[in-house]
Amino acid sequence: MSMVFCTPNRHGPVRLVVAALAALLCVGNALAKLNVVCTTPDLASIAREVGGDRIEITTLARPNEDPHFVDAKPSFIVKLNRADALIHGGAELESGWLPKLVEQARNARIVSAARGNVRCCEGVPMLEVPATLDRSRGDIHALGNPHYLTDPANARIVAHHIADAFGQLDPPNKDFYAENARRFVAALEAKLLEWQRIMAPHRGRQIVAYHNSWPYFAARFGLKIELFLEPKPGIPPSPSHLANVMAQMKERNARVILVEPYLNRRTAETVARDTGAVVVEVTQFPGGVKGTEGGYLALMDYLVNTLARALEATK
Amino acid sequence: MKLSRWIFGLMVGMATVNSPASDAGASESDAGQIRQLREALVQLQANFERVVREQQAQIESLKQQLAALQAAASSAAPPDATAGTAPEAATPSASSPAAVSDRRWSPTDPIRFGRGSAYADLGLVATVAAGGSTARDIEGGTQLGGHDPNQRGFTLQGVEMSLQGAVDPYFRGNVNLLFGLDGDGDSLLEVEEAWLETVSLPGNLQLRAGQLLTDFGRINTQHPHQWAFVDSPLAVARLLGPDGLRNPGARLGWLLPLPFFAELSLSVQNSHGETAAPFRAGGGHHHGGEAEELPFGFRHADNDRGVRGVDDLLFAPRLAVSFDLTESQTLLLGASAAFGPNNSGADGDTRTQIFGLDAYWKWKPARAHGGFPFVSWQAEALLRRYELGAVDWDENGNGALDEGEVEDAATGLPAVLGRETVTDWGFYTQWLYGFRKGWVAGVRFDFVTGERADYERGGLLLNGEPLGRDPLRHRRWRVSPNLTWYPTEFSKLRLQYNYDDRRDIGVDHSVWLQAEFVLGAHAAHKF
Repeated sequence: MSMVFCTPNRHGPVRLVVAALAALLCVGNALAKLNVVCTTPDLASIAREVGGDRIEITTLARPNEDPHFVDAKPSFIVKLNRADALIHGGAELESGWLPKLVEQARNARIVSAARGNVRCCEGVPMLEVPATLDRSRGDIHALGNPHYLTDPANARIVAHHIADAFGQLDPPNKDFYAENARRFVAALEAKLLEWQRIMAPHRGRQIVAYHNSWPYFAARFGLKIELFLEPKPGIPPSPSHLANVMAQMKERNARVILVEPYLNRRTAETVARDTGAVVVEVTQFPGGVKGTEGGYLALMDYLVNTLARALEATK
Repeated sequence: MKLSRWIFGLMVGMATVNSPASDAGASESDAGQIRQLREALVQLQANFERVVREQQAQIESLKQQLAALQAAASSAAPPDATAGTAPEAATPSASSPAAVSDRRWSPTDPIRFGRGSAYADLGLVATVAAGGSTARDIEGGTQLGGHDPNQRGFTLQGVEMSLQGAVDPYFRGNVNLLFGLDGDGDSLLEVEEAWLETVSLPGNLQLRAGQLLTDFGRINTQHPHQWAFVDSPLAVARLLGPDGLRNPGARLGWLLPLPFFAELSLSVQNSHGETAAPFRAGGGHHHGGEAEELPFGFRHADNDRGVRGVDDLLFAPRLAVSFDLTESQTLLLGASAAFGPNNSGADGDTRTQIFGLDAYWKWKPARAHGGFPFVSWQAEALLRRYELGAVDWDENGNGALDEGEVEDAATGLPAVLGRETVTDWGFYTQWLYGFRKGWVAGVRFDFVTGERADYERGGLLLNGEPLGRDPLRHRRWRVSPNLTWYPTEFSKLRLQYNYDDRRDIGVDHSVWLQAEFVLGAHAAHKF
């Protein structure tokens, strides 16, 4: 990939041939697309924005799949074996399935110390970092809540990480990636203003979530997501806990319940019926819910607009 | 501050613009302008709040980083330097909000290992069982596995400690130590695994070396806490040995350059010791076995000679392939073999061959939550050809029958057992249904048998009794339904019933309740 091989050579025919071959190699390399594996579809969408048509993307988790519990299928080993880059959340979201896959992939380009291993959470101000590690509080994450991409501001950090990595892995296209990232971030910032304007009337409103995936979203838009159908992260709802949640919902006038596609919608609907609340199907991943297939910005558009409508309807 | 002053100024400006306009009676263009200005103001306000919040977040994170750096600096500095020259570092951040989480470790604090803050992930899995059986010979009788429940009442099936991490840029390491209690209550320690593995060998190769579980079939490479049943399958425990196959050695694995997963591997290991039972360990005894127990095939294992040459090693090739049948169904198929010497008879040139086929299929819908629901099927079939060496039971050469010697009924003299190859085979097949989050119902069917060998054909007596069929090789089958509840990924409770039918011995019923918990790191598992 080094540009050194591409400099013209004036030292005899043999060297000329070598140089020609090297130049061909360079062209081949320049044409070969970066082979990128992303663990989740939100990261894949941002990688697509940055990499454009100069990368190939494989996404391991499906958009409507529980990202904590993806099966470590052997076919993923083959995909990782051929990857130039592995883009992952890094905050223990994938810790139940990714490490064994990387171990078996036999690919030095994506091991944790390699440049191709893009750990997107670096530099993200993490929320809910536990002061002590205590599993009696449920399945907590030592590095903080891993669902940080529900705050669009953090997508900027991720886009920059990805552009930096792509630029180093594929130097001839460095400027292309940097420009794409800049354009994505500019579009995101413009959108962010719009989203904040849409959510502004609902600041301080109480919302209920099935699983604690939304603290970043709540912090960004001034919402209060403090009630969860799960008594503790990863622990299934119990009747007594739900009764308590319903009492709290009435007290705090919380009448919107967020449910992801892979969670038990029936539980949420039962709670909604008894409290006059509405269930809103949400997703952290582009493609997880109908109308979010367009990518990360489309996903945030959907989340903000759907939620604003639900909040408006339950005023 | 600058921005807020500016906004304040703008607001004052707007107020002054606003009042004369209302006095004069607002024209349409004025109203439009006002609306525009209001919108601009809302935008500015939102923008301003965002900037402030981001700055606050940055300040918070910087504060935390600073406190962490201070704490690190003070703990890194020698104690006298901390006390003397850097008093501000010794009292790092009593007033800072991060003081609680970033305070220094004191000797009364528990020692915690965590990802990212230690060089190795330390985990512990403890498994206990309680229950009973109508059988009187539970350990080695109804329950063949080395870590099965081994008596009525309580069994500590094992406390497994695992350590894993990157050794350096070239290797990663893994150690599994198992502490347990045998049926008599004696403590035991087993080195289940202790190996290093290459990170970046060229050609899609991977080399693992050390103490390793032989890459044969499916159950054999899993630690007992990964099993879906309380006990080891009969065919695996009988044909591979109570503890399965594991020994010091090396494994080279090659990921084939194919569009689907296909891995070819060859393990080369020592073939002696109790964790290579079908090879040079003399039979099927766990942890040395009972002293009065007869050796496998009624041959003495008297040629335990260590390793003389390559022939004395255990070779185990394996091919595994996997396909995603649909988005939610995955199939994994494997074919394994193990070849090596055994130590039956007096000659020391007898060999064992084991062949195995295994399959694993899993269905999990895309919308599964926490891994549920799912349905899985797992099956393994094994065939073992075991060469028994010739043995003359008249060991002391006195030509007369002595106590404990096998007798030839025709002559009344110590028997001479000829060389022969005996064939044993068996399989298990198990279904699991994770019907709701945390709940799994399972059923397993076990079958194992041995073809009648010459030494079982009659005409041989032991203490006046006919030998008959060898109980270590005779036909038996078992059905085991069970129910497992996982309160979280870190604990489980399992209730299992075994209906056990042993030819010539009869039917036995066993019920076992198993409890398990995980402390520390919970390593990800292979598919």
